[in-house]
Amino acid sequence: MSAAREIVARETHSTALDVAQVRADFPVLHQQVRGRPLVYLDNAATTQKPRAVIEALDRYYRHDNANVHRGVHALSARATAAFEGARAKVKSFINARSAREIVFVRGATEAINLVAQSWGRANLKPDDEILLMEHEHHSNIVPWQMLCEQTGARLKVVPIDDAGEVRLDEYERLLTGRVKLVGMTHCSNALGTINPVAQMIRSARAAGARVLVDGAQAAAHLPVDVQALDCDFYVFSGHKLYAPTGIGVLYGKAELLEAMPPYQGGGEMIKVVSFEKSVYTDIPYKFEAGTPHIAGAIGLGAAIDYLKDLGLGAIERHEQDLLAYATRALADVPGVRLIGTARHKAAIVSFALAGVHPHDIGTIVDHEGVAIRVGHHCAMPVMRRFGVPATARASFALYNTRAEVDALVAALHKVKEVFR
Amino acid sequence: MSDLRALYEEVILDHNRHPRNFLKNPPGATHHAHGFNPLCGDEFSIHLKVEDGVVRDAGFEGAGCAISTASASLMTEAVKGKTVAEVEALFRGVHGMLTHEGPAGEVGKLAVLAGVQEYPMRVKCATLAWHTMRAALEQRAETVTTEDPIPNCGVGHAS
Repeated sequence: MSAAREIVARETHSTALDVAQVRADFPVLHQQVRGRPLVYLDNAATTQKPRAVIEALDRYYRHDNANVHRGVHALSARATAAFEGARAKVKSFINARSAREIVFVRGATEAINLVAQSWGRANLKPDDEILLMEHEHHSNIVPWQMLCEQTGARLKVVPIDDAGEVRLDEYERLLTGRVKLVGMTHCSNALGTINPVAQMIRSARAAGARVLVDGAQAAAHLPVDVQALDCDFYVFSGHKLYAPTGIGVLYGKAELLEAMPPYQGGGEMIKVVSFEKSVYTDIPYKFEAGTPHIAGAIGLGAAIDYLKDLGLGAIERHEQDLLAYATRALADVPGVRLIGTARHKAAIVSFALAGVHPHDIGTIVDHEGVAIRVGHHCAMPVMRRFGVPATARASFALYNTRAEVDALVAALHKVKEVFR
Repeated sequence: MSDLRALYEEVILDHNRHPRNFLKNPPGATHHAHGFNPLCGDEFSIHLKVEDGVVRDAGFEGAGCAISTASASLMTEAVKGKTVAEVEALFRGVHGMLTHEGPAGEVGKLAVLAGVQEYPMRVKCATLAWHTMRAALEQRAETVTTEDPIPNCGVGHAS
């Protein structure tokens, strides 16, 4: 299928989500916590796994388990086919040009570290600049700080406004010829803001900078097309996309990956080894030293199949409905202050409750069976920006319902009762 | 609700709303320490005035959740007038009560903190002020934390 036709196919997949059926696909949801039905609203931290993913892992370990790329026996052939099949699914999922542009890693964090240490160390010089947004996750800050210490490059930060949106005027102003790389989150994990990445990438291109997009919070919730975006690198984690932990994806443009030195050395990533010199193999294997997380990749492939069957468009519409409903419902709770009110958001609602520390909120709503995240969400600069030590955060996924939003609101009234 | 009340006792809520010895660095304070739980963000400084082996005054500054704030407030009240040896015994008693590591000694009013033991993720909140106070007595300069990522990592890691 051509890239254009595939985008059309995604967008015309417009049937509504059958949430009851979807919920039936997720075994973990059907349990009681502290005597209440589990309401799982911590999906930005990690998502639950559908039966299709759990069964893919089970099937692999029961029937096909073998090492990949190096055996002539039947199981190795099957394992290799399934592993490379998963790579092809990822390629089509984000519309990469080639499966060679898909590197399997442990997660978004490792992908960013890989780019920083491989591309960054080879390309950055003293006084070059790396431009980041103020609402990055720590994983899209710290690897660049480490790179700056190693190379003498400098970190610049684009501020966000009171709604949690990137100050585009400041972005354009800071995007000088000194900027060699722009790191931008596609969607803020702490605020829910979806950045206008297409427009921002165009500007970065015009300024001659490379762009890495952190898609950890985006890939499971909105369609991603790396060719249309024209980003140089796109990273995401499997476990936030209904797949296992320990598997993730680095997409990189082939010509960049080809020019980059390896990140780790070992088996899988070489053509010839002698004690005098080793010759590295081709992409993507050059970046996949050691036995990969084969089962994880297969599980990721199964998760992608599952999402494609439901349709990213239908998922997005369902989650946007939940976001609108939750935003209204929480705003109606006296004392609630929403943190992150961007015009374009993913289904993440961060909030503070007057007079109650987020950790106390977290404990009390957990008592009602409602799982939310409380803390700084690995985004301390965002907390500082909004003058709070931490927030409470409800983050939604395709299996959540309006009734679960109601359960959260009822639990917040319990919090207010305790802290009356 | 009833077992939640065991955690959020009225006394705890009261000390959270109106912390005692708060924003107070007693004149002539002799012992200071800083406590910080980076995953939570809870952060307190403890100040003690120790004379002739007796804690004459105590105060604290900082911010945290209801459990950590109330625990710090209750602690500053409890240690005043006690000898350093008595404070150490009280520390051991409270610590034993909260963590089941060691015997729970006689803790008096501080028994209101007992509900925390049922919430393993919140024990570090209740113990932060106590470990910080002990560091002050021992004149340790490094920042104290009660976030031990191995047994008690419930809050704050993933994104």
